[in-house]
Amino acid sequence: MSLQGDAAVLDGLADDLDIGYGAFVRAHAGAVYSAALRLSRSRSEADDLAQETFVRAYRALRRFDTEQVQSLESRAWLLTITVNLWRNHLRRAARRPQNARAAVPEVADHRLGPEAMAEGGEDSRFLVGLLTELPEHHRVPVVLRHVVGLSYAEIASVLDCPVGTAKANVARALDRLRALAAAAPDGIADTGLVCHPRSACPGKEVR
Amino acid sequence: MTARASHRSNAAATAGAGAAALRRLRVEAPRGFVDAVLDRLGLHEGDHLVTVTSAAGDLFVTFNDSGISSVMPAAVFDGDPEQFATHHRRETGRPIVPGPARPPSGLAAALRSGRATSLRYDLSGLTPFERAVLTKTLEIPSGEVRPYGWVAREIGRPRAVRAVGSALGRNPVPVLIPCHRVVRSDGRIGNYGLGVPMKRTLLSAEGVDIDRLERLADAGVRFLGSDTTRVFCVPSCVHARRIRPAHEVQFRSAASALATGYRPCPHCAPASVRDAS
Repeated sequence: MSLQGDAAVLDGLADDLDIGYGAFVRAHAGAVYSAALRLSRSRSEADDLAQETFVRAYRALRRFDTEQVQSLESRAWLLTITVNLWRNHLRRAARRPQNARAAVPEVADHRLGPEAMAEGGEDSRFLVGLLTELPEHHRVPVVLRHVVGLSYAEIASVLDCPVGTAKANVARALDRLRALAAAAPDGIADTGLVCHPRSACPGKEVR
Repeated sequence: MTARASHRSNAAATAGAGAAALRRLRVEAPRGFVDAVLDRLGLHEGDHLVTVTSAAGDLFVTFNDSGISSVMPAAVFDGDPEQFATHHRRETGRPIVPGPARPPSGLAAALRSGRATSLRYDLSGLTPFERAVLTKTLEIPSGEVRPYGWVAREIGRPRAVRAVGSALGRNPVPVLIPCHRVVRSDGRIGNYGLGVPMKRTLLSAEGVDIDRLERLADAGVRFLGSDTTRVFCVPSCVHARRIRPAHEVQFRSAASALATGYRPCPHCAPASVRDAS
């Protein structure tokens, strides 16, 4: 499968959406899926989120004219959809009492199996644990910048904020991550930091 | 707390939260992700159909996002796209769906030149062996032929000559992937999925002198060499066709050519490099 440049992919879309869409999905699947996986907390959640992103994108593209398609900032546009879907998902989950716990992003999900963790060994698993502890307004920019690799201009477009704000939020999120890493108790890091200290572990605390 | 765990977590604390470590959290989308999306959108369930003109008459050509998926002479279906669509669905499980009336880019040029190497093909329903056979066959230049055994040897399965024949018989994109350019090892034209007359038509149209190849086959000649260059070729090789009659040397086997001190032609590769050394 030859790797097509961004412009070629968009030309294909403008040419015929149904035929060109496969190449478009292929070109951005990694970025969207990575963002989805690091925002949500399991592979199945990430799969749903990333698939839904491309389904929504397709429906939107149906209404685009050729010029709109060709001037599309694909990555930023797709990740805007992903981030909005994820936020909506959190909000919906928060309204359902039985799922209230899953809706609080600050609490690490103790049910996460090893397959939901990064493949990159212990440091990566540790870091995934830390990421889930970041509040949403820090987690989104840092994931977009350092996991997906968006430019600050793209992040500003996704978050609908000035570029300076995007930069500041990424920097604050990194500081927060470093602070969390430094403060992590040894025993927690040893288990990949999937769970807070006992007192904060919702499975044990809520009865 | 053990010393080992403590050491590990300290390393993570200093290096773990850096930008480089975050970059490593980037992953590829899981296998099947693109297909799952396209399935949900109903974009995967069909092939598009166009009719194009070729030396073999009008052809029905189907294609999808992955590439060209099948080729059939329209005459087989009395030129009726509906009949063809029924057949296509039975063979591939995919319906013909409305799409661009325009053929995939490069298709017309490929049919004109007989060089279809740069087109994309959807060979997803085939085994890796069948794909290897078809990919190798795609390299045979227009106007030349190679024996089944040549394909088998070139893909590293020298004993699988019959399997090569079966794989070519299941070629979903004949004419474009030129299985008509693969002939019997004794030099005779051999069979063809779309019928032997079609094979002769296609080969004649691209300039193969079938009568001459059959005369050589009758005489037991498999290879031709030049006594000026001391290189030997399969008889249809573009270089063999340039040998003047006065300098032509005929061989009944690659072994005898090699034994006489002739080198195999690098273009048509009449013998493996191993045999030649």
